[in-house]
Amino acid sequence: VADSVDVVMPQMGVSVSEGTITKWLKQEGEEIQADEPLLEISTDKVDTEVPSPGSGVVTQILVQEGETVDVGTKLAVIGAEAAAATEPAPAAPAAEAAPEPQAAEPAPAPAPQAPAPAPQAAPPQAAPQPVPSGNGRTFVSPVVARIAAEHGVDPTQVEGSGRGGRVTKRDILAFVESGAQPSAPEPVAATPAAPPAATAEAPAAPPTPGPPPPTAPPPPAPPPAPEARPQAEPVAGEPAPGETLEPVTAMRRGIAEHMRRSLDTSAHVTSAIEVDMSKIVPLRQRLKKEYQDAYGVNLTYLAFVARATVDTLRDYPWINGELRGDKIATRNYVNLGFAVELQDGKGLIVPVIKHAEGLNLLGMARSIAEIAERARNKQLLPDDVQGGTFTITNPGGYGTFHGTPVISQPQAAILGTYAVVKRPWVVQDALGEDVIAIRPIMNLTLTYDHRLVDGALAGRFLRDLRERLQSWDE
Amino acid sequence: MAEKTYLQAISDGLRQEMRADKRVFVIGEDVGVYGGAFKVTLGFQEEFGAWRVIDSPLSETAIVGACTGAAIMGLRPVAEMQFADFISCAWDQLVTVAAKQHYRAGTPIPITVRLPSGGGFSGGPFHSQNPESSFAHIPGLKIVCPATPADAKGLLATAIQDANPCLFFEHKHLYRRIKGDVPDERYEVPFGKARIHREGTDVSVITWGAMVYTAEEAANQLAESDGVSVEIVDLRTLIPWDRAAVLESAAKTSKVLVLHEDTRTGGFGAEIAATIAEEAFEDLDGPVKRIAAPDAPVPFSPPLEKAYIPQIEDVLAGIKDLAEY
Repeated sequence: VADSVDVVMPQMGVSVSEGTITKWLKQEGEEIQADEPLLEISTDKVDTEVPSPGSGVVTQILVQEGETVDVGTKLAVIGAEAAAATEPAPAAPAAEAAPEPQAAEPAPAPAPQAPAPAPQAAPPQAAPQPVPSGNGRTFVSPVVARIAAEHGVDPTQVEGSGRGGRVTKRDILAFVESGAQPSAPEPVAATPAAPPAATAEAPAAPPTPGPPPPTAPPPPAPPPAPEARPQAEPVAGEPAPGETLEPVTAMRRGIAEHMRRSLDTSAHVTSAIEVDMSKIVPLRQRLKKEYQDAYGVNLTYLAFVARATVDTLRDYPWINGELRGDKIATRNYVNLGFAVELQDGKGLIVPVIKHAEGLNLLGMARSIAEIAERARNKQLLPDDVQGGTFTITNPGGYGTFHGTPVISQPQAAILGTYAVVKRPWVVQDALGEDVIAIRPIMNLTLTYDHRLVDGALAGRFLRDLRERLQSWDE
Repeated sequence: MAEKTYLQAISDGLRQEMRADKRVFVIGEDVGVYGGAFKVTLGFQEEFGAWRVIDSPLSETAIVGACTGAAIMGLRPVAEMQFADFISCAWDQLVTVAAKQHYRAGTPIPITVRLPSGGGFSGGPFHSQNPESSFAHIPGLKIVCPATPADAKGLLATAIQDANPCLFFEHKHLYRRIKGDVPDERYEVPFGKARIHREGTDVSVITWGAMVYTAEEAANQLAESDGVSVEIVDLRTLIPWDRAAVLESAAKTSKVLVLHEDTRTGGFGAEIAATIAEEAFEDLDGPVKRIAAPDAPVPFSPPLEKAYIPQIEDVLAGIKDLAEY
């Protein structure tokens, strides 16, 4: 009997602990090649396809569409060829080491032939697989098209119950009967007017290339919610006069869950500091044009702050660290996450720039622009949203001057950057006299987990960060 | 009205026709003294005599040739092939002569060829086939595939009285397994009129012969487990076939599964699927799906034969797949 390979729920981000199966792209008994998309999952960070870790036949599907399971949960088994699904699978030794390149002797070949077998659920490095955009809802069957035309209904407005969320004949007939008002057939819960946690985590400021494309619709079925959550969530019934009910998207649900869990986990404390940007402002002015002309890169204040933050973090490993059980993890690198607004303010994602300590100002500016762009175009790979060690959120683009962001778990802190504002500032003149000058001031906040980071440490971090920015040296 | 097996219904129907119409006679291998391979004509020779219940030489060509000649002379022969598989030996008489005679010369050829067909009992590659689609392709022949005892009797009467050569496919697996109420008096079931075996709203299964029961069992299980409502259309006759009933069911459920025991490529299901695609395109809410035997001879081995002939689980999975589409 050839080896079988287990498919497990991949880790889609350090903070992600679970994922929802939105669609199986292969059914039991179907053949699949290694790296061929096997299923679509939705986590609070990304919606994406999961490629098959091996070639063979899908012998077992253990978790059904709509179900939410923990990271690492076995989802399916890929058996070699037509292996019967019945055998209790003597578990191939360590799923990781599944299909070894059958080289009997350790050939010292510099280029190992055909590195086909992808050991883990690693995404194919090649083509940046388009993160699913429509869940198949874009396909309109002939009968649905006809009914839609007859009733002047836009099928995309109809909630689909078919495979992959496709709108079925029954769906559109029910929609037409219901009075053809874009309705939410399965309203889950009323959203409180303004989730306080979410307000703080605002969008990063990198160049906005137009409004983000309409994002993936919610997965067909919300995960069954029999979790014994004590919070008696109000069940949305019919909307009251003047109200509109819309379904909670998987991303929204993920954000809600993560924000709540973060506040339940970390002891959030926020410290703020004011930074005189007098050196940065003219410098940016000058470099902006140069970067634009020479590299096509938009230089933002965020890039300066990010650059200075990475340097400062080197001296404060705990702020770049993690409280992990009874251990404290620190790193000799910085994976910098950036909160990026999606869906016109209705969604949020935190892509991560890996090894940000290796980037100069130009590299940082370019990386921020590039990853924000990919986030908006839904081209992020699972790897792009995991492994973050510290996060920057930048609501300053809208002029806010203060906030208390929520930490991205399991990190220790999050930096908030705010608008650069000209303010009357007390400085000393050449004679050492106090005078009032007009200075561009930027507020920074550090929200940290007081379980790991004390106020003094946070204060020193902010002080050093301010110093780096105020004395920026090209 | 009495409950009869499928086989008994055919036997009784044939006897009734012979009593009612002196032009009707039976010819085949061992149909006389022995009563036929499956005993459909048991006792016929005693009742009707050796001139109306003729034991033929072991030659299907001779049997169909004799029938054609007798039909031209005004009789209504009913031939029996011991197994439908052997009809290939009579291909030339049937296809070249009988099917084209009316077109060429204007003479009717009212012959009925009874064809014990189908598998499911380890009959192997020469005793299990369902060659209906080969003949459905020949203009001039009519193809009859009853699924119930009552239909078997009524359709046999219609075939015998029809002016054209009719191939009457009797599914061997139904012979003694299927029982049903059969009217005592003589009656005809019209050709080209499908029978709704089971009403439903979610998925249509278009089928005939023994597969009607396979579909029925799958539909019952699905109704219980998944609440899927399956409509089963039993075509009864393939030439002519009831396009209107199929299109009506397709319009109703918008999802169609075509099921047959014959092999897939060029099977009659392909004709049905193509017709639905052509004429009911705007009614469809999913692909027209086919379930059929693979393109291979029927295997002897019981497990292999089970894997070969569409089983309840296969049909169940197919319907479910469509329902969930």
